[in-house]
Amino acid sequence: MQESKTISANKNISLRIPSYGEIMRKLRIKKATRPYKQIKWEGFFKNTLVIIALTMVVLVIGIFLTLVVQSVPSLKALGIKYLWGKTWNPVTNEYGAYPFLLGTLLTSFLALIISIPFSFAVAIYLGEYNSKGWLSNLLKNTVELIAAVPSVIYGFWALVVMVPLVRALEIKLGVVPYGIGIFTASVVLAIMIISYAASSGREMIKIVPQSLKEGAYSLGATRWEVIRSVILPYTKSGLFAGILLSLGRALGETMAVTMVIGNTSIIPTNIFAPGNTMASVIANEFTEADRTVYLSALIELGLVLFLVTVVINIIGKRIIKRFTRE
Amino acid sequence: MKYNFFKLQNLAVTSLMFAMFAFTACNSGSSSNKTDSTSTDSTASAGKNDNSTILGAGSTFIYPFFSKAFSVYNQQTGVKVNYQSIGSGGGILQLTNKTVDFGDSDAPLNGEQDSTIGVPVLHIPMCSGAVAISYNLPGVKDTLNLTPAILANIFLGKITKWNDPAIAAANKGIKLPNTPVVIAHRSDGSGTTNIFTTYLSKVSPDWSTKVGKGSSINWPIGLGGKGSEGVAGIIKQTPGAVGYIELAYALQNNMAFARVQNKSGNFITPNIASTSAAGNIQLPADSKVSLTNTDAADGYPISGFTWAIIYKEQNYKNRSQDRAEKVVKLLWWNIHDGQQYCAALNYAPLSPAAVAVAENILKSATYDGKAILQ
Repeated sequence: MQESKTISANKNISLRIPSYGEIMRKLRIKKATRPYKQIKWEGFFKNTLVIIALTMVVLVIGIFLTLVVQSVPSLKALGIKYLWGKTWNPVTNEYGAYPFLLGTLLTSFLALIISIPFSFAVAIYLGEYNSKGWLSNLLKNTVELIAAVPSVIYGFWALVVMVPLVRALEIKLGVVPYGIGIFTASVVLAIMIISYAASSGREMIKIVPQSLKEGAYSLGATRWEVIRSVILPYTKSGLFAGILLSLGRALGETMAVTMVIGNTSIIPTNIFAPGNTMASVIANEFTEADRTVYLSALIELGLVLFLVTVVINIIGKRIIKRFTRE
Repeated sequence: MKYNFFKLQNLAVTSLMFAMFAFTACNSGSSSNKTDSTSTDSTASAGKNDNSTILGAGSTFIYPFFSKAFSVYNQQTGVKVNYQSIGSGGGILQLTNKTVDFGDSDAPLNGEQDSTIGVPVLHIPMCSGAVAISYNLPGVKDTLNLTPAILANIFLGKITKWNDPAIAAANKGIKLPNTPVVIAHRSDGSGTTNIFTTYLSKVSPDWSTKVGKGSSINWPIGLGGKGSEGVAGIIKQTPGAVGYIELAYALQNNMAFARVQNKSGNFITPNIASTSAAGNIQLPADSKVSLTNTDAADGYPISGFTWAIIYKEQNYKNRSQDRAEKVVKLLWWNIHDGQQYCAALNYAPLSPAAVAVAENILKSATYDGKAILQ
């Protein structure tokens, strides 16, 4: 009972801003009654934070080590040739990751190129032109919802709606009208990743200091000129970080891609051809991989994907650093 | 302030617990071999605690039949069966690790799996299924006839148009369009692929040398769809598409499928009767045979068994005799009373010849060297 009274009293106080004297009095009481405990808890809390943070590092290293250890049979059997081997043949136990590496990079970067104009447009419009009000909120929430929709729904939608559209386009262009293939997969991916770059871009644009923008306006700059020569240069590292985030999502996306990419291990000859990505090969073939080398080759594919992601992230961080230094 | 400290304490304790969880999870990740054995133990002891639950894992193809049959079995005998449809390869792996009482596979164990498992296992046929050749040709209403040579050449990429002279010769009177052939195949490893490619390897030397057979293969041409629904999606959407699909799935979704010429030269429509007939042949004593390209004159040539797999010696890992008996009795029931639930779900029941072979195999199961079934 004693305790609950204290709580309600505290609550009442917090409704108004406590005066300096009140705060001091409270602290002094605390210090007088339990100074040692207070310090002990400080240390304990800090240690807990450190442990939790370190857990993340241990987890990542653990995943990496697991991948390496499990890939050993495949590394032994296939060697480094695995990376540029062009055939993936479970029947003869011959595995080459090249078609899938190519497929992953092709779909991800194509998706990125398609999505950038859209995500930047959304970011600039919501950050600069229309940052408050119901329309802005509606747009903002809709864009964020794009990221929340499960990817299998995108895959399904693409299979039913987009594939016939792409097929019609392919007939017009005179390429083999499969409908599914790398191009379709890239468009779906592009839609899925728009919100990452858009959301972070909007936040970055919002925090551009008003004084900078007003300075430019007072010099007679138009809105477009302010965006081009004040906002974009000021936010470029943040915008790039957003792009990196979308790329990471695109590299690992599995379900939606596997539904529309065509899943063939033949090396794609153009962007309308069917292909395959590393993530979708793993998802497709893992359950029935019935030989040690086969299973291990699939795990090594995971390792390659892991390394590709790490390398792209490191390059991205470098670029961001260079941007910020300027 | 006092209250705040209480909250802080809670927070700290909770986060510490989280950290511990994360660490234990992490440990199990990096030393999977060690945890394998511990998880086996825990499953086994769980099984001991609840002796009425039998654990099985494997083929997804058989899952609808098993869930129906096992629920009936539970009502009749009170024995619960928990079957996880994780794929044939996974089922064999679970059996190898001794985490399940029986596995189920659409293909017999291969050489490597056999040597990993180390001790004799029994393959008991449960039912058979056919693989239908489904196609999408707008404007063609009659059922197509396909010969083994046509099938192999289509999937090798040698026949590229539907009005190819070879197809026309087998389908006199049907006006075939000049549509390009689009091939759809399974992208995920599958027993269906195994049955179909085994068939192609048998009927076409070209296929056998260039491509081969297996549950995942290196397709020379075509589009891959994930699961039956993925292949069906490609076929339904693409004019000129052709692909192989489980008969049960094709029937349930009203898809057009072709008659296929069998070894005796008859064009056979895939259905439950012709699939059962395919299994009515002289079977080897261990039942490990592919029914593809069957000798039966009225049998559909692209079909295969799915097998439940158990250890021949049932006394392993401190299993009780009672548990071993339950497993064997369940499978015995499956090949007799359970067969009546096949047809409604579009599986083909075992032929009389297959039931006789399966009975003998089950009778050879032992506990401490003594036959379980008398």
